[in-house]
Amino acid sequence: MLLITCPFCGPRDESEFACGGEAHIVRPADPAALTDAQWADYLFMRKNVKGVHFERWMHSHGCRRWFNAARDTVTHQFLAFYKMGEQAPDIAPVSYTARPAPRTDPALPADPALHTDREGAR
Amino acid sequence: MGYSLWSLARNARTHHENWPKAWRSPEPKPAYDVVIVGGGGHGLATAYYLAKEHGIANVAVLERGWLGGGNAGRNTTVVRSNYLRDESAALYEMSLKLFEGLSAELNYNVMLSQRGLYMLCHNAHEVQDAHRRAHAMRLNGIDSVFVPRADLARHIPIIETSPHIRYPVLGALLQRRGGVARHDAVAWGFARAADARGVDIVQNCEVIGLRREGARVTGVETTRGTIGAKKVALVAAGHSSVLADMAGLRLPVRSMALQALVSEPVKPVLNCVINSMTVHVYVSQSDKGELVMGAGMDKFHSYGQRGSVSVVEDQVAALLELFPVLGRLRMLRQWAGIVDVCPDASPIVCKAPIAGLYVNCGWGTGGFKATPGSGFVFAHTIAREEPHPLVQRYSLDRFAGGDLVDEHAASGIAH
Repeated sequence: MLLITCPFCGPRDESEFACGGEAHIVRPADPAALTDAQWADYLFMRKNVKGVHFERWMHSHGCRRWFNAARDTVTHQFLAFYKMGEQAPDIAPVSYTARPAPRTDPALPADPALHTDREGAR
Repeated sequence: MGYSLWSLARNARTHHENWPKAWRSPEPKPAYDVVIVGGGGHGLATAYYLAKEHGIANVAVLERGWLGGGNAGRNTTVVRSNYLRDESAALYEMSLKLFEGLSAELNYNVMLSQRGLYMLCHNAHEVQDAHRRAHAMRLNGIDSVFVPRADLARHIPIIETSPHIRYPVLGALLQRRGGVARHDAVAWGFARAADARGVDIVQNCEVIGLRREGARVTGVETTRGTIGAKKVALVAAGHSSVLADMAGLRLPVRSMALQALVSEPVKPVLNCVINSMTVHVYVSQSDKGELVMGAGMDKFHSYGQRGSVSVVEDQVAALLELFPVLGRLRMLRQWAGIVDVCPDASPIVCKAPIAGLYVNCGWGTGGFKATPGSGFVFAHTIAREEPHPLVQRYSLDRFAGGDLVDEHAASGIAH
């Protein structure tokens, strides 16, 4: 269960809130001037970040006001809460992509203790 | 080696200690015709049908973890094709038909059990909608029937059919050919059959970048080195956006945690699959006796593979509303899979706007039932460079064109 800090009401239980998805998407000033692809990008395409995600929340069973939060989508840890209209805080992005591992040397003798997995045995 | 009564008897003589591995685990070759990123059911099925239907066997399936460790092993094993729209009905029905022949096709028992799937109706509107959907499905050649409350009480003795509960059960839409299949066996069966046709399955191999030459994708960078590919196919469910981002491609999907849980095993009490969108739970009983259940997604984006307790509370409350007899049942395990949900709850199966790149994602909360069908149409799309007729509308372009296939109501859970 998440503990979410509403900037207006303080820390409350997750069940009081609704999540509104990606924050800081600006509605185009002149939608009629956009191509279909640009409009679709605004309407449908999302960053869907694995890592630090800036997103909108609403305290739907409380003050019913919207606010923004920065949250890690892997650990679910909230990193910042801030009001609508405020600048997003400067939080360094986190990468969960693996780094290339050095290739194992096939000349090394295999340690049988490392090969007891049963993958494919069935 | 084929599995048969004869091979079973022969291996019994050696105490089942000499069964050959179901698939090799080769070192990746420097290059392949097709590299499939994602060794879940859909990726393995794609590899199998590429080799079988299109003669392309120089294929690698790259899996970040282990086979069946993602959503293939985290679903609630339900198969069905009770969709409203013609496009969805055709696609999921094709997949269900492949399921019906899958054990024989793969020489691997996927334990398909077409025990019947009931979608409960709790108000007049849902009853009307169930009738409408039953008619639509029958027009599409899919078995479907409306079951009134009296019959329901006879078929499912433990269900609460009192008219005095908060959401009384008024009837159900029944697809008799719906049911469950062994989810791990589907992944393992496709893996074994693809491997037998020459496909390399490489586990513990995470893709960390895409190699490009000019405008074309020419391979993948992985934790086990660079692997060249004429074609790269992304089939990574909840991680589709992460991979697409490596190609500079934006997708309309959101990654969400979808939870499931199982109870302690009990004697047989439920011989079908029950699904209620109003009180919001779906449940079936496994062959081991555990009740397997799921409900809605968590409310926020997640790559965490674990869910919120509040969702568990809600779905257990829903379970008890329908089956008060289960009040003392204890839950054993709970987990979540990361599903990729499209704005219209329909999948994306297409060539990407980047040459050499193919995308299969957006199956959302209903990917397991589509496993063979998804692989079949995606293999066609990769091999022939054109969408399979069944997925003509399921392109990434549909969002710009506004031609969405809105299946929110039919996906079995509310979003």
